[in-house]
Amino acid sequence: MKKLLTTATAFALLAGAAQAEGKLSVYHWFEYIPQELVDKFAAETGIEVTIDTYDSNESMLAALKAGKMGQYDVAVPGDYMVAIMAGEGLLDSFTPEELPNFGNIAPQWVDVPFDPGRKSSIPYQWGSTAFSVNRDVYTGDIDTLAMIFDPPAELQGKINVLDSQGEVLALGSIYLGIPQCSTDREQLKALNDMLINAKQYWASFGSDTAKDVLVSGDAAAGMIYNGFSAKARAEGANVEYAYPKEGFVVWMDNVVLLKDAPNRDNALKFMNFLLQPENAAAVTNYAAYTSGVTGVEPFLDEAIKSSPENNPPADAPAGSFIQVCDQETQQFYDAIWTNLKK
Amino acid sequence: MAGITPTPQGNGSGYRGIVGPLLIPTWAVIGIFLVLPVLLMAVYSFLTKEFRGGVVWDFTLAAYDQFFLNRGLFGDEPPVIEWTYITIFSRSIWQAAVATLICLIVGFPTAWFIATRPPQTRAIWLFLVTIPYWVNLLIRTVSLKFLIRENGPLNESLMSIGLITDPLPLVNTNLAVQLGLFYSYLPFMVLPIYAAVERYNFALSEAAADLYASRWVTLREIVLPVVKPGIIAGCILVFVPSLGAFLAPDLLGGAKTFMIGSLIDEQFRGSQGNWPFGAAAAMILMTLVLIVLTIYARAQARGEAK
Repeated sequence: MKKLLTTATAFALLAGAAQAEGKLSVYHWFEYIPQELVDKFAAETGIEVTIDTYDSNESMLAALKAGKMGQYDVAVPGDYMVAIMAGEGLLDSFTPEELPNFGNIAPQWVDVPFDPGRKSSIPYQWGSTAFSVNRDVYTGDIDTLAMIFDPPAELQGKINVLDSQGEVLALGSIYLGIPQCSTDREQLKALNDMLINAKQYWASFGSDTAKDVLVSGDAAAGMIYNGFSAKARAEGANVEYAYPKEGFVVWMDNVVLLKDAPNRDNALKFMNFLLQPENAAAVTNYAAYTSGVTGVEPFLDEAIKSSPENNPPADAPAGSFIQVCDQETQQFYDAIWTNLKK
Repeated sequence: MAGITPTPQGNGSGYRGIVGPLLIPTWAVIGIFLVLPVLLMAVYSFLTKEFRGGVVWDFTLAAYDQFFLNRGLFGDEPPVIEWTYITIFSRSIWQAAVATLICLIVGFPTAWFIATRPPQTRAIWLFLVTIPYWVNLLIRTVSLKFLIRENGPLNESLMSIGLITDPLPLVNTNLAVQLGLFYSYLPFMVLPIYAAVERYNFALSEAAADLYASRWVTLREIVLPVVKPGIIAGCILVFVPSLGAFLAPDLLGGAKTFMIGSLIDEQFRGSQGNWPFGAAAAMILMTLVLIVLTIYARAQARGEAK
């Protein structure tokens, strides 16, 4: 695990800010915050920031459950993981008054299903998961999930799907127009049959490789995250990211206040800092997704601001978050996934 | 093998008093890194799964039930035999067996070739065999994928010399997985066979020829029995890791179907988070491997007693 220890004290002295203001321990994704921003926070507040990193929501949850609670102040889980962590009792809550910049949260991201009213979390970055198509291979309309689940002849056998149960089953459900976490037998059976049939058109399952297979031409279409598709385009692939008419998956990473945080006050200062438009924009410029804070536009790089991946067409439907099913229901989805890959 | 002669150095009885203490590190390593993890896995396979990873300390056979019995998607149908995991296991075993066979077909002549070089050049040949293995397995597997992809060097050169008109679809096929396994584990076949062939006394072949044995008979009756332990060791060394491999199936096969390795991986790291089931699958795999090895050891013992 990589540890970044900022030279906060030195900065504090130089900047003439308050004396030693204590520490802050952050549990964050790998390469998801620019170091300059951490240094800026340290210089402004005199707080010494330590960052440990993880590479998946699941491994972060496992580490916290295995005894790292009480060691970190904040973490950055994805939307569904916020709900899971709240359910496991790992989150502390705060009031809007404790965050002076709470009002900067974009209105549509305040009452989110995974944390209604934002009692334990603030938005970090968000994006969508749908698919991209290589326009050299297929030139027709691509605004439907049929491109993946019932593809035209040009794309058959040249499709990569994410190797992730949540995203594949959610997009499949959206394609069929059935609710996520359905317990209806007919609907589950339809989902199962549709996926088994679609699999014959798929070349591979891969998540980390989702961009590379599009760039190399191994795949002519692929399920992908919007920012990842933008990177594929930047690397020379003639791919277009689709906002399908049936809907798509939206995800959001969030900064959460952990229960038993050793430096609760500093954690709130950090969260407040991240809600400042110029700081939120700095993260966006670094990570190429979209911030959940209002007023960031003046601080954004031009390329990020205008990228088609980050700007859905006006007639695009709303995306849906992946829902967290209860244990009973989740078993059906596990069974469908295993059945698909057996 | 016959011909075990007492060594003139004696039996080391002078060290008898201190052998016990000297073995402590060995026993500690075996205990901590072999016995303990296997026991832990065995215990976990009988525990109740905790939703999203972890275990609850209630003993149950649920994991084994899930492996062998199918009660329908909704768990309310009368149980029938569950073929899903048996299919996954059979496919992995078949894949590993084919990889072993390919390694043997290529590895035996290679080992023979190296062992029959003059002693001073053998080291160079062995060195050449091992060089690629100084590179991390993941990187080698990805490189192989680059080589065989549709617009990769292999297809481009075949097309430029006019041997094929359309690129061969190699990536994301079982053939690619076989190629990956073969490439990953070939030295494990070559080295033990080399060690056995190197010890072979070629005067025996000459003697066989003097007695009018054909080349085939010499190979079958004289050479193979002598180098058999090397061949079997090589086969085990290739077969066992191939069985649990998941890099090659994931990267070269496109991860379209679970292999034993990726099935178990998904239970611990993926979204399913079913630790007891992962542990049970690992236990079943280990039991299968142990049965095969035991049968082999028995056959070997009988062969020697003959």
